[in-house]
This record gives sequence, C-alpha cells and structure tokens, in this order.
Amino acid sequence: MVSAFNFASLLPAMPEISLATAICVVLMVEVFAGQSRRGLTAIVTLLALAICGWLTVVYGQVNERTVLFDGLYVADPLAVFLKLAAFLAVGCALFYGEAFLERHRIRGGEYQVLALSALLGICVLASANSLLTIYLGVELLALSMYALVAFDRDSGLAAEAAIKYFVLGAIASGALLYGMSLLYGLTGTLQLDQLAAVAHSGSAGIVIALAFIVVAVAFKFGGVPFHMWVPDVYRGAPASVTLLLASAPKLAYFALAFRLLAYGLGGDPQLWMQMLGAVAVLSLLVGNIVAIAQTSMRRMLAYSTIGNVGFILLGFVTATEAGYEAALNYTLIYVLTALGSFGLVLLAARSSGEAEELDDYKGLAGRDPLLAWLMLIVMLSTAGVPPFAGFWAKLWIIQALLNGGHLYLALLAVSVSVIGAYYYLRVIWYMFFESGTDQPAIERQGMVRGVLGVNCLGLLALGALPNVLLSLCAGLIS
Amino acid sequence: MQGTGLLSLLIWLPIAGGVLTMAIGDGRARAARWAALLVSLATFIASIPLYTGFNAATANFQFIEQLPWIRQFNAEYYLGVDGISLPLILLTTFMTMPVVIAGWTVIEKRPAQYFAAFLMLEGLMIGVFAALDSLLFYFFWEAMLIPMFLIIGVWGGPRRVYATLKFFLYTFLGSVFMLVALIYMYLKSGDYSIAGFQALPLSLTEQRWIFLAFLAAFAVKVPMWPVHTWLPDAHVEAPTGGSVILAAIMLKMGGYGLLRFSLPMTPDASRELDWLVIGLSLIAVIYIGFVALAQTDMKKLIAYSSIAHMGFVTLGAFVAFDIQANTGNLAGAALGLNGAMVQMISHGLISGALFLCIGVLYDRLHSREISAYGGVINVMPKFAALMVLFALANSGLPGTSGFVGEFLVILASFKASFWYAALAATTLILGAAYTLWLVKRVIFGPVGNAQVAEMKDLNGREMLVLGVLAVAVLLLGVWPAPLVNVMESSVHHLLQQMVISKIPVG
Repeated sequence: MVSAFNFASLLPAMPEISLATAICVVLMVEVFAGQSRRGLTAIVTLLALAICGWLTVVYGQVNERTVLFDGLYVADPLAVFLKLAAFLAVGCALFYGEAFLERHRIRGGEYQVLALSALLGICVLASANSLLTIYLGVELLALSMYALVAFDRDSGLAAEAAIKYFVLGAIASGALLYGMSLLYGLTGTLQLDQLAAVAHSGSAGIVIALAFIVVAVAFKFGGVPFHMWVPDVYRGAPASVTLLLASAPKLAYFALAFRLLAYGLGGDPQLWMQMLGAVAVLSLLVGNIVAIAQTSMRRMLAYSTIGNVGFILLGFVTATEAGYEAALNYTLIYVLTALGSFGLVLLAARSSGEAEELDDYKGLAGRDPLLAWLMLIVMLSTAGVPPFAGFWAKLWIIQALLNGGHLYLALLAVSVSVIGAYYYLRVIWYMFFESGTDQPAIERQGMVRGVLGVNCLGLLALGALPNVLLSLCAGLIS
Repeated sequence: MQGTGLLSLLIWLPIAGGVLTMAIGDGRARAARWAALLVSLATFIASIPLYTGFNAATANFQFIEQLPWIRQFNAEYYLGVDGISLPLILLTTFMTMPVVIAGWTVIEKRPAQYFAAFLMLEGLMIGVFAALDSLLFYFFWEAMLIPMFLIIGVWGGPRRVYATLKFFLYTFLGSVFMLVALIYMYLKSGDYSIAGFQALPLSLTEQRWIFLAFLAAFAVKVPMWPVHTWLPDAHVEAPTGGSVILAAIMLKMGGYGLLRFSLPMTPDASRELDWLVIGLSLIAVIYIGFVALAQTDMKKLIAYSSIAHMGFVTLGAFVAFDIQANTGNLAGAALGLNGAMVQMISHGLISGALFLCIGVLYDRLHSREISAYGGVINVMPKFAALMVLFALANSGLPGTSGFVGEFLVILASFKASFWYAALAATTLILGAAYTLWLVKRVIFGPVGNAQVAEMKDLNGREMLVLGVLAVAVLLLGVWPAPLVNVMESSVHHLLQQMVISKIPVG
C-alpha cells in the first residue's frame, strides 16, 4: 500500500486536483473581473469544467483499481466514469440555468463556485475508500447544496427550503456519522476494503450501525420515509438549483450506496437488504401515488424522483452484480432524464413568469412545438415506455429482481410504473390535448435548445441501442 | 433467403416517412398529405413481394433478418414472417392507405402531425407482426401506444382525454405482466427469441402463471369481455382514421399474440384453461351482441360489434383442444385456427370499412347518433349501396369475407361441443339484428330531416377508398383460397406445438 510519493502517483486524483484548481481560478476571476463583466464567470466555469474533463480523460484514466493516500482514496474505472458523467451533468445544468439566473437577477460568481465545490464533493464520494472520505464527500456536497438552495436571498420560499434541507440533512449526517463510529468501534477499521473482510458477522452492533447508515443513504437519495425534504426543496429552491440538485448528485449517491453497502458491507448483504428493500417499496408507492395529486410541475417531478429512487434502490436490494449494473444504468439514464425535464422546465419560462404550475403547460404544443415534443420524449422515457431509454432502465431492474428471485418486488415495480404512467401522460395531455390561453411567447435561447435537443434525443438513441450503456455499466461494475 | 431486408424496409420506411412528413410541417399541409400518401403507397407496394415471394409449403419463418441487438441478454434484431403474420402485415400496409386518403381534407388541425402519426404507427405495427425476438416484439408493442395515444388525444372528440388515457393505461397495465412473463422465460432459456420460448420446457404451474400474464396483455388488446370497456370509449372519441386502425389492426394484435405466444409457449396451460377463454369468447359473442343492439351511437355499435366478432377469433383458436380430445385428429382442429385467422383479416377489412362509412356520414352531419339520420339512401345512393354491402358482410352474409371466418369457426366449435356451436351461432341472428337494424334506421326509410336531405353523395376520393375495400371483402368472400393456402403450413405447425406437452418429464 505504501509507495513512493511522486507526481505520477497523484495522477489518478487528477479530477479532484484540477477541479480544486478550477474553483480557485473561478473565484479569482469573479473577484477581479466578474463584477465588471457579467457572464464572464459563467463562461470561465464551463471552460474550466471542459478542461477538467479533458485532463481527466488524458491523465486521470486508470485501468485497474488503484488505491491512493493511505487507502483513503480509490481510483477505478467506475470512479473515473462517474466523475466524467458528473462533469458533464453539472456543465449542462449550469448552462441550462444561465438564463434563469439572468432573469431573476441572481448574480454573484459564488453560484458557480458553490456548484463546483458540490461537484468536488461528488468526485470525492465517487472515489471514497474509507468511511472518512465518504463523510467528507457527503458533507462537501451537502453544504454546497444548502447554500445554493438559499442562494436567492430575497425569496422566502428558498429560505424555507434551505432551512428544511439543512436541518434534516444535518440529522442525516449525524446518523451517518453515528453509524460509522459504531462500525469503526466494532471492526476497528475505517477502510472499506478491510471492512469488507471483517463485517460478515451479523452481530447486533453491526445491525444497529447499519440501520443508521441505511437511514442516511435513504435520506440522501430521498427515499421514503426520509423523503420529506424532496418536494419542498425541489419546489422552493431556485429552479436552476433544482436542476443541479436533481441531476449530478444522484451519481454521487449511487457511489455512496455502492461503495459503502455493496462493497464495504457486501460480505453479508442480508444485513441491509431488507432495510433497503422496505425503503425502496415505500418510495415506489409513495412517490408514484402522491405525484398524481400534485399541481406544481416541480413538486410532481420531485415525487417522480422519489419513485425513480425506489427503482434504483431495488437494484441494490438484489445484492447481485446484475442488480448493481441495473442500478448504475438506471442512475445514468435518470440523470439524463432529470437534466432534460428540469432543463425544459427552465426553458418553458415566459416573460411573465416561470412555468411552475402544471396548468402553465396547457397548449404548449401549439405555442412551442419543439419544447413540447422534447418534453414528450422525457415524460414517456420516465414512464418507461419504449422506444425511450427509461424503458430499458426499468427492464434491467426488473430482470435483475426476477433473477434474484424477487418475483413480488418485480410485480410491484411494474404495477407502480403503470400508476406512474398516469401523471407523466397528464403532462402530455396538458401540452398536446388542451388549448392554451393567450400567453407571452417563450424565449428562443437557441443554444440551450440545441443542447437540450441533443439531451432528449439521447434518450431516444439510448432507447434504440440500449446495449451501449449496458455494456459500459457491466464493464464498470465487474 | 431472397428479399432480405424487406421487412426492415417495411418497418422503417413508414417511420422515416413519418419523420419526413412531420418535418414538412403543418404549414405545408398539401405537401405533407402527398408525402404521406406516397409513403403509404410505397410501403404497400413494397409489401407485395412479401406475398409473391412467400413459400407457402413450409412453416419456417421466411425473409429472416437477424442482427445482434443487446448482446448481454441475447436479444436480437430478429425479423421474419410465417403464414400467420404475413396476412396481418399485408392487412396493415393495405389499411393504412385508406386511412391517409380518408383524412385528406377532413383533418385541419396539425395535418402533418396527423399523417406522421399514422405512418409511424404503421411501421411499429408491422414491427410487432414481424418480430421474432420477444423483447423486440415488446418494444414495438408498447411503442405503438404512443402514436395512438396522440391520435385519439389530439384529433379526437369531446371526451378524448378520458378515452385516450383509458386506452393507454388499460393496455399498459395488461402488457407489463406479459413483460414479467417474458423476462421469467428469458431467465430460464437464456435468450429472448420467440422460438426459444416455444421450445422451452415449463412445468404446469409456471405455464399457468405465464398463460395468465399473457392473457392479461392479449385479452385487453382483443378485447375480451370483461376488459373490453376501453374500446367503445376509444372508438367513439377517436378520429375516423384512428378508429379504422384500432379496429382493423390493433385488435388483431391480441389475436396474434394468442397464436404466437400463448398457444405455443404454454400449450398445457392453454389446454387446461381453454374453458376460460372459450367462456369469455361466448360471453363476448352473445352478451356483447345484445349490448350492441342497444346502442344509439353508430360508432359505439360498431365497436361492440367488433368485440363480438373478435370473440370468434379467440373461440376459434381455443376450441382446438376440445376437437383434438373428441376426434383425435388435427384436421378438425385446424378448422378453428383457420377460421380465427380468416376472421381476423376479414374483420379488419369490414370493420375498417364500416368506420370509414360512419366517417363519411360524420363529415357531413357531424353527428354519430343513429337518430340524427334516416333515409340516407335517397340522397346518397352510391354510399348506401356500399354501406349496405359492408353491413351485410358484418352480419356474415355468404359471398362476403365475413361469412368464411364465422362459418369455419362455428363448424369447428361444432366438433368441439354442440353447445359451443349453438351459442356461437346466435351471432348469425344477433349480428344480423344489430347491423341490419342500424342500416334500416340510417339508410332506409324516408329522409329523416332537412340536414340529411342536403347531404351530398360520395366524392371520388371516398368512392375510391370504399370501393377498393368492397372489392377486397367480396374477393375474400368468394375466393378465400389465397389467404387460407398461405397460412396452412403455419397453422399445422402451430397445432403440432399445441398438442405436444411442454411439461418436463420426471
């Protein structure tokens, strides 16, 4: 484990190093030039992300599991891939959200800096190999997000959302820390690969520690019954922050669950399978049923997220390689979908206000056909209808469940997706079947439209050729 | 194999044509209409070599295309036709043309998208019939819901939202259970090919559950009583073209699914539970026949009549087991299956034509109520002649295609049980009653009111559409041999699969 410390041995940590540098650069740019030239910080941020991504691709690649920093940090193909995906997702989210910030006169380069530090948290989590690194990543991500949610200082709704998110998040962090301390006390190690070797025995202590850890994981994902913050935060935060919050962090939480539960505590998955299973089932039911009652688009999408999280967790519940692959596949497709749906919500805003209520989407197909068709793709994909990627995401989960002998869970999963189909179809109904009232035109934003178009057509492409993503996931997990 | 790539062409040509039509845009409706017509015509012409190049002597799949698709799960892009799917594909390519022509000037709202939806639907439906990989089948099967959902929802009647949501959710709910069954069989067999599933040994318990899961998907689609309630709503609210495709082709997918999946994949469960399907079919024939009698809305009446007629398809398919048990030979059992197939094609033509007739009336008077009409023959003699022909075909008049299918099925049920035949034969009375009574009230008699008096007879476009369908109905009625010959080998092959138990020995 102990090796000579030189520059080459640092290369696998290239994503984090370059990102930390980028944060400093963006901060400096904002301080010295951002005030006089608006928009500069945003461009520099996107440029910095592109450079970080390029550096990661060129220098940060690893072919096999490499453990660094005294076992605190692991670089493997999965981590590299998750980081690249997170770079892309955060980049898209910042790009889509730019016009929103401008519209609402939310200025200050701290926005970009906070987004980048959240991204750094995601990267740290993706590479965590020790309970400490995990906690570091979770907190870095969460604290940046709390601040982002409250970024619009004049909005009461945002302040309320932020304080809810912070208080509940702090409890979850406490639970995570407590569980970890118990685990450390019982096993005497913080490192996940050593933990994997010793955490077999199902002693009562370990079960208690796990209960706390599962609570924290469920909270981070937004699984029921720890989901209370999700709709309020998704609705209360500035829409561009909701986009950030809903997309890239899911990659980190996948890594959290995978590294901590599937890897570190994977020796005896019986310990956490049932707990996680209960969370998954409740999430599926509550998310999909309560979403029907929503009248706010973002709240509806929040409950939809909860339902989707149920699917991701079901992948973990199987505790098989196929299940983890399916969960990773689901997470990636979910992130792509979330970028599409929340991005379109941002784009659908008119000069008279944001498109917050479902009613605002009435007659959208007549007013802005492109937007409506892209939204149709996203909605049908989330509903799990072929030929869109969301169908395969659900299919692999169900297949993994059946493979693991969980017939009832599979039947429940398909049944709730029928319930879920209703509220996705409702959006299409409002957009296509209703005639809209006279409303101000929607901004063009040609560039954003183009990128969103690629984003949504990606769902169609991945739906037609699902093997691309699938073989990738299989390669990363095994 | 000759003509390789033909099936792909038939699937992707209309879909690409749909994209093109949409790209032309609603602003250039004229160009979009012509593009749609040319694409549907080209697709039909392209489908003719499928028939001429088909070797009816073998039950093997032909025009096979096999490419790897999802390697990890051994799912393939695997297409092919046999004598069961070939007629249905031809029916699809044939029926899309009248739909495009029928919507020519009638559709004013977003016309390009309307035609695009139908073209894409056509490609997806051909995909359902041509798929030999069950995952590919399911892919097309579900994707098909999207254009139909939009067709009913955007261009439908006043209660379109209710109708289209009901349509989507009903079929979606049925289908997901089929998906679970398919995955279950994949996990046992190791690939998703339909032939592999047909050969896979399964215990009786497994077969029972799989059979019921399939039934959930296919019975909704057929639709069988009691899961038929979405159909009248969907038909009433759908635009004419939507009703035509729904009745002519989408309902056939349920029947096709029973023949391709249920019977050969779960033969023992099918034998054991055949009473269930036969019972539901007879209820459909008799009870729904009475329900049709009570309708005051023309479209609803034809919708219920469709359910009753599709009852014959399911009846014909499932009496085979009893016939085999009674007579011991398969020749009699083949009658029922042949009858089911002929009935599907014939019903596709007749119900499509009837919905087009109602569309013609609706375009003029904007009412589907029977009571709004009366004495149409006085002002529209050409139309009346054609509508009467289709109505007679619907009630099973000898010399029309409607007779062949029903006759074969009744004949077959006679060999199974006298009572099946006796009950099924009531359709000859009920079907005649509701159809002819409809004709009497709408077509015959004195001119009903001033609005009817002003109605104009068929224009050239409508004449062409209905005329071609009338020729097809008559041709199939007097000379069904080309159809029956094509499917003979495949039906026999299917029977072989049905009578051999799949329960593993020991």
